Amino acid sequence: MNPSHAVSSSGKAELQTQRIRAAMWFLIPMIAALVLVAAYPLFRSIYFSFTDTSLSNLYGGQWIGFDNYLSWRTLPSGKTIFRGTLVDPAWWNAVWNTVRFAFVSVTLEAILGMIVALVLNAEFKGRGLVRAAILIPWAIPTIVSAKMWSWMLNDQFGIINDVLMNLGIISQKIAWTASVDTAMFAVLIVDIWKTTPFMALLCLAGLQMVPKDVYEASKIDGIHPVKVFFKITLPLVKPALMVAIIFRMLDALRIFDLIYVLTPNSSTTKTMSIISRENMIEFDKFAYGSAQSTLLFTFIALFVILYIWLGKVDLSGDNK
Amino acid sequence: MKSLQTLAFYLLVLVIVVVSVFPFYYAILTSFKTGTSLFEVDYWPTSFSLSNYYSVFQQGEFLRNILNSVFVATMTVALALLMAVTASYALARVRFRGRGLLLMTILAVSMFPQIAVLSGLFEMIRFIGIYNTPWALILSYTIFTLPFTVWVLTTFMRDLPIEIEEAAIVDGATPWQIITKVFLPLMWPALVTTGLLAFIGAWNEFLFALTFTSSNETRTVPVAISLLSGATQYETPWGIIMAASVLVTVPIIILVLIFQRKIVAGLTAGGVKG
Repeated sequence: MNPSHAVSSSGKAELQTQRIRAAMWFLIPMIAALVLVAAYPLFRSIYFSFTDTSLSNLYGGQWIGFDNYLSWRTLPSGKTIFRGTLVDPAWWNAVWNTVRFAFVSVTLEAILGMIVALVLNAEFKGRGLVRAAILIPWAIPTIVSAKMWSWMLNDQFGIINDVLMNLGIISQKIAWTASVDTAMFAVLIVDIWKTTPFMALLCLAGLQMVPKDVYEASKIDGIHPVKVFFKITLPLVKPALMVAIIFRMLDALRIFDLIYVLTPNSSTTKTMSIISRENMIEFDKFAYGSAQSTLLFTFIALFVILYIWLGKVDLSGDNK
Repeated sequence: MKSLQTLAFYLLVLVIVVVSVFPFYYAILTSFKTGTSLFEVDYWPTSFSLSNYYSVFQQGEFLRNILNSVFVATMTVALALLMAVTASYALARVRFRGRGLLLMTILAVSMFPQIAVLSGLFEMIRFIGIYNTPWALILSYTIFTLPFTVWVLTTFMRDLPIEIEEAAIVDGATPWQIITKVFLPLMWPALVTTGLLAFIGAWNEFLFALTFTSSNETRTVPVAISLLSGATQYETPWGIIMAASVLVTVPIIILVLIFQRKIVAGLTAGGVKG
């Protein structure tokens, strides 16, 4: 900062103090709001997970330590019984579903997003139209896309079965969202359809920062385009891609709405968010559900720290 | 060889466009069908009946649900922008200790799994006595709209040249005057984009809306659509659901297409899914 000569050095210091004081006042409403809607509820949720609070008796919960997570009791016969989320097979099923979903969907979205971005980065007639078209899945509310797809994937009257039957790919109609074997597949299709555009736009922004003459030079040298992509483009786009992947990953790990509407009651797609809310609100196991949501929070926090640490991702954008 | 490559390229373009647009096209197609024709698979428009659209408004409280969504999303965005303008000025233009930490905290909150605060928020909403009112949603949506708007506006303000502020400082303008007289006029485009993205986020939100409202008159559109059902459990009214879906999606798509350049810029600056 270099204000004009009219300001003396003591005036400059005073100005800086005045600015910092004003900045504090400007920040207070936002910080207060975030404490109110984020920090305090998070603290309360974690607190609830150590109590036996129930939905019908929100204020009568007693502190029970780690019992919602894990507790054990040795019977007179010498047999030990374990209880709690950490030995609940339904919970581990949800953990496995979430991780599998997040990993597969984000990987495929990154690859497909990159392909779409490469297409959009080429110059051709109607490029604007294509970009507008891929914004449509992104703009459609998740619930609406879940409903649209569950209609298209309908076992009796769905168009997907009709197309596949006509093409001779399947011989009998598949109950995509209801069947145990295909429910996760259906969720993946819809999620990939909906979020690949987001990935593509972030990749495209990265691609557009690659200087054009790099490509021209490699063209003159006669290097194969595939090699150019892996040796030049990908390393240059990597920072943008890493940021896009972490955002998508965090989104995928907390997925709730799509699965709640598309494949309700299917244990093969039940994720951590779904099972946690189910316990909290529907099964009147408020504290138990809170313990599960706390575990999900811890899981995501650890994942982010690891990712940023190992991937050396710069999220703050301060070094621009 | 060259023409074969071009052909393959345009084929790929065609696939991308068809896959992107077809589901919505099919939803529109279905929404115009009634009776038994609903259960015949057609690839092209065969009938044009508005009866599903009439039914949507006769059944339940759909108009009310739309108004709820508009009210909740508008209020949430207005409150978030109000707080974000001053906060992002402080974060982008003033150097103070702990700024980096504060920015990272804000980013962390925007990536929060919402389920992690659900029970705490539930308690708070019950305590204040706003359960099953739009205010419960306005309060809870702040958790994702506020960090998002602050983050995007901060990146926007940081990129503005320092000179625009210097002249005002020399003239003895207070920080408040600098924001309202110097920055606000420059920030309109960024405010519109950020506001629109936050609006879409609030419009689409499901988890909080499902948990914090319990009656037809207070529900927002996504919850109302998810609960649309027929006379029996096995009779899903697909025509009506598709009509409702088209109704709530068309305005959003139009807005997105009008502002598409700005939205793409805002998305890439924020890097956060709207």
